[in-house]
Amino acid sequence: MMIIKNKAIVEDDWNVLRLAGNDTPQSVVVLPGKVIVPLNVWLAQRDALQDRTDLGVWLASSDRPEALQQDIARFGVIAVDFPKFADGRGYTIAYLLRERLGYKGELRAIGDVLRDQMFYMQRVGFDAFAPRTDKDINQALKGLSDFSVTYQASNDEKLPLFRRVSRGVANG
Amino acid sequence: MYRYDQYDHRIVAERIAQFRDQVSRRLSGELKEEEFRVLRLQNGLYMQIHAYMLRIAIPYGLMNAAQMRMFAHIARKYDRDYGHFTTRQNIQFNWIRLQDAPEILNELATVEMHAIQTSGSCIRTVTSDEFAGVAQDEIVDPRPYAEILRQWSALHPEFALLPRKFKFAITGAANDRAATAVHDIGLTVVKNAQGEIGFRVLVGGGLGRTPVIGTEISDFVPWQHIITYVESIVRVYNQYGRRDNLYKARIKILVKALGIDEFRREVEADWQFTKGGPSTITVEELNRVSAYFVAPAYQDLPASDANVDAKVRDNKAFANWMQRNVKPHKVQGYASVVLSLKRAGVAPGDVTAEQMDAIARLAERYSFGELRVTHMQNLVLADVKQSDLAELWLEAKALGFATPNIGLLSDIICCPGGDFCSLANARSIPLAKAVAECFDDIDFLHDIGEIELNISGCVNACAHHHIGHIGILGVDKEGHEWYQVSIGGSQGNASSIGKIIGHSFTFGQIPEVVARLLQVYVNERYDDERFIDTVRRVGFKPFKTYVYATSIEDDKAWSGTEYELLGKGVPYDTPYYSPRF
Repeated sequence: MMIIKNKAIVEDDWNVLRLAGNDTPQSVVVLPGKVIVPLNVWLAQRDALQDRTDLGVWLASSDRPEALQQDIARFGVIAVDFPKFADGRGYTIAYLLRERLGYKGELRAIGDVLRDQMFYMQRVGFDAFAPRTDKDINQALKGLSDFSVTYQASNDEKLPLFRRVSRGVANG
Repeated sequence: MYRYDQYDHRIVAERIAQFRDQVSRRLSGELKEEEFRVLRLQNGLYMQIHAYMLRIAIPYGLMNAAQMRMFAHIARKYDRDYGHFTTRQNIQFNWIRLQDAPEILNELATVEMHAIQTSGSCIRTVTSDEFAGVAQDEIVDPRPYAEILRQWSALHPEFALLPRKFKFAITGAANDRAATAVHDIGLTVVKNAQGEIGFRVLVGGGLGRTPVIGTEISDFVPWQHIITYVESIVRVYNQYGRRDNLYKARIKILVKALGIDEFRREVEADWQFTKGGPSTITVEELNRVSAYFVAPAYQDLPASDANVDAKVRDNKAFANWMQRNVKPHKVQGYASVVLSLKRAGVAPGDVTAEQMDAIARLAERYSFGELRVTHMQNLVLADVKQSDLAELWLEAKALGFATPNIGLLSDIICCPGGDFCSLANARSIPLAKAVAECFDDIDFLHDIGEIELNISGCVNACAHHHIGHIGILGVDKEGHEWYQVSIGGSQGNASSIGKIIGHSFTFGQIPEVVARLLQVYVNERYDDERFIDTVRRVGFKPFKTYVYATSIEDDKAWSGTEYELLGKGVPYDTPYYSPRF
């Protein structure tokens, strides 16, 4: 599958594990290979999974990022799921993972990920995007360059505009 | 007033380019309506009964003559020759074609205006006191802070998709004219004992289905920290606000659910990470923005004008206007003039293109080229020389803006209602029109005195009916329009939520209901007591008893066209009250 990573379209071989109807976080089988598991699976099967180096974790929009406080350094990939594109909790989750928990690895947006939200996602700390598969990924990539200047500080710009540049002054 | 620099221009231009592309993808079918809806709302574009409606931001209600002329141009070129000023100091155009929207935004950008975040589940346009900078009771001018907050909230990446809409109001005066108690965040600029400037912060106020008066979360946040502080409030809301039920998604529900102490604890825990950090406002930035709001070149004038005083004695109509529509100014020899957009026969807040041009001329001639929009849906010339008042009165009268009714019964606050809005259960504008026509006698209105009548077409409460001294709410019962009446609501420093007096009425009964409420007031009042004060003193019972004592005729003459709700057919192609028809 193709994803966008660091502003380029690349081949990706991670599998995202989603629980099916009868699965529970305790019982679901995490297959070998590169798997991004739900946070609740990681928490339930931590002892069994902790030696695996090919593991990522994903957070639902209702999950708390602080739940990863102890483990964050061991993950090279963390994903945040957008169940609907209009559910904006994932933006704060991403911001907190980067700014409060100091996460430096790949941060990937999964789920209902659409071009028109990707500029905001990039600002709060996402550097990888798995756009919805019915959309053209080449078009989606354009969403990352909608704006060349922004007012606020966030994960991408540590300073607000008024500390970044010398701004216009009133005349007369 | 604030002027865009190259960065403001670039952000707005890039936003328009982005939206232009989104519109073309919608028109080609690449974007589905459910994906496009959120995008168009955040650019101010609603889909109403007849057409798209474009809501343009007038940040904190401040605009200039060139911007007013642009509204006239938009009205003529893209709409039906008129626009509608709203209770949140915006302007709406009701007959917009989707394919024209990007070009309209482009034209607006040439006069430094936009429609960013005037709708949608995001931080909306910041509203403020229409007398900011000129009011006698002002402690600190709130406009520089309002502009700083406008920029902070515009396209904020973390808060574009909140559980629900989020509204700020800010005031810097002793008397709150910005309804701060019924906003998601209400800010009052204050000075502490040391003379330092900061904000009293209310959170979780709001109207709609569950009206709530905001609760104080902090009595003093130093001005430098206001961005980081409100950012923490919104961050807590974004994480914990309910998303499962549209009617329970506003921050007021979260504040109630957690309790103010726990909510404050969450906010302060978050704030500890950002307080004093890069988003702390610098003195340089405050000075830069404040420089746009320095006082205009006032002249040294006497405190009063002999000609005005003489005319007040000789001319009752002028005296009425002076009493109701002219407000004191902090600079000697000046006054602020409210242009009433409420006269019998006209939808409250509606202005034609021709009138817009005329108002722009008045602003240039009498008030340094600037105008304000009030949340009561009127316009203000803030800096008028007292010696110009008589002449301005004549001009305003000729244009139809000198109805001496500011703060009186016919200064009705009203939403667009069922004639335009697909959410409405009832026709607010025709009802406002009926009430205004029933109570058109200016002597009677002056005798009744200060009273606020607010008419909302549905529970979303765009006309703030909960805080009207008399509030009327359109409700739908089995496909028929009914009107629920409440009394005792109030905005300002003593904000309160009105109480429903009993079962609902038909359209044709409302003028009589209002007449009976006023009759009780006239019987019960002390000398100069306002309606609201009488309600507070004697209670609600005498009003209820009298209104329901005998049956009320349903006067069909007032109710007009039989009306069916959307989905069962639109009653007429175009609203019959529109100035065009």
